[in-house]
Amino acid sequence: MIVIEGLTKRYGDHTAVDDVSFHAEPGRVTGFLGPNGAGKSTTMRMTVGLTPPSRGHSTVLGAPYSQLANPGRNVGVLLDASAQHAGRTGREVLTLGAMVMGLAGERVDAMLELVGLTSTESKRRVGNYSLGKRLGIAHALLGDPRVLILDEPANGLDPAGIHWMRGLLRDFAERGGTVLLSSHLLHEIEVIADELVVIGRGRIVAQGPKAELLHAAGTLVRALDSAALKSALDQSGIAVVATRAGDGLIADANTEQVGRAAAAERVVLTELRAAEGAGLEQMFLSLTADDSREEVTA
Amino acid sequence: MTATATNPLTTDPDPRQVARVPLSRLCRVELRKSWDTRAGLWLLIGIGVITAAIVVIFLLVADARDTTLDNFLGATTLPQNILLPVLGVLLVTSEWSQRTGLVTFTLEPNRSRIAVAKVVATLVLAFAAVLLALAVSALATALAAVFFDAGGIWNLSGGDFGDIVVAQLIAVLQGVAFGMLIMNSAAAIVALFALPLAWTILVNLVTALHDLRDWLDLQTTNIALFEHTMDAEAWAKLGVSVAVWVLLPLVLGTIRLLRREVKSA
Repeated sequence: MIVIEGLTKRYGDHTAVDDVSFHAEPGRVTGFLGPNGAGKSTTMRMTVGLTPPSRGHSTVLGAPYSQLANPGRNVGVLLDASAQHAGRTGREVLTLGAMVMGLAGERVDAMLELVGLTSTESKRRVGNYSLGKRLGIAHALLGDPRVLILDEPANGLDPAGIHWMRGLLRDFAERGGTVLLSSHLLHEIEVIADELVVIGRGRIVAQGPKAELLHAAGTLVRALDSAALKSALDQSGIAVVATRAGDGLIADANTEQVGRAAAAERVVLTELRAAEGAGLEQMFLSLTADDSREEVTA
Repeated sequence: MTATATNPLTTDPDPRQVARVPLSRLCRVELRKSWDTRAGLWLLIGIGVITAAIVVIFLLVADARDTTLDNFLGATTLPQNILLPVLGVLLVTSEWSQRTGLVTFTLEPNRSRIAVAKVVATLVLAFAAVLLALAVSALATALAAVFFDAGGIWNLSGGDFGDIVVAQLIAVLQGVAFGMLIMNSAAAIVALFALPLAWTILVNLVTALHDLRDWLDLQTTNIALFEHTMDAEAWAKLGVSVAVWVLLPLVLGTIRLLRREVKSA
């Protein structure tokens, strides 16, 4: 269980994380989705005590992370798989972790096997590693934790690797574990997560069960007079989140609300149905497009 | 790529009831970090080889009557005094330059305990280096006694050996302090050598500053350690200069370590 309440991080005038609150429940894989620079990593660093928050607080397994004794035995953390001493072998990285946590050496072998690192691979120095992600996952699982906090764990994995990670995390969650993982790629999160927390420019823009958010993709609506339809939606306070070919609009409301809005302004509709197919992607793009564009120009 | 074990995770003990990581274990881990990388291992090998080499050279060039244990040991002090602080710097700064701090400070969120472990580990390494120097010097003394007439004199007192231990512990601790304060390998090593050197030159050149030199220049106050002429006043002067050049940066560096945000980039 991870509880994040009102976490805020300011760097001078820039607010990197702005009043972020959410829970990651046991038995669920919670996906933390947002474009690069949205504040995912900063939120995760604050959660594990590496970055002091400007405001707000967080707990992991009921206590602030920094107050956990031997946290590696309870919380597996992977923040940056490449953040390892280039001159250390993969096996040595795990051995150091096992020493701190007070684990037997066999645990290192078990983890290497679990993530599919061969004996030869594990003796290579991390500097020559193309398998850093797997090593990072092995390190996070080393202490047999109950909570996993993984920043972009699937980034750089091939489709087979993502599939493998889904199996691993699904199994972990089914045994009652809590998983919080971040990604800037929708297709990764869509494959792996049950719950979604979507962040853009430091703010949470959507959260809930994946199925629910997928459903809330909006309504596809077309009218004879597209301008009149837009103004009708506008008067009812319904946002147009995207457009489709042939003057199609994706409205941020259900079909009944859109139908009533059109009827109120006597707009003739030619099509009205729940938007589908694009699903979460539509949501992700619409929710974060403005933010990520501004991030790039900033 | 096999599936994980199927035991339910919820049967584990309450997280707050897991014991804290003992400090001794953190010290052992920090000690291991000093030699488990290629760079670290070669630095340790380098210190060992240079220590042995300087004793061998001394054995070959010295007059027979100078082949005494304290002279052999004395020859090792300068190279060790230069190399040990580098060891201290790197054990701290690699957490930042190699970004391993991300893991180190998540596995032990209490950063002051990591700082203590690093200090202990470097002191152990420095002591081991002096013991190695003593062993090599003893071997050389024994050889000198065999091969030279009137050579190989066993004249080292416990006090003299203690002086050298103190000098090298101060040196390595200064490296740790500068590493913690500056948090960048290259900058810390440059500062470690350049700042005291500049200070030494300044206070020696300007006559009006000679009082400062005698109390606040570590390169001046530690001479008595190497010459084994420590008395109460010498200890007082050494203490004051160590407070300024070692303890002050160590305290400031610890504060910085406790406050700094640990990031990957």
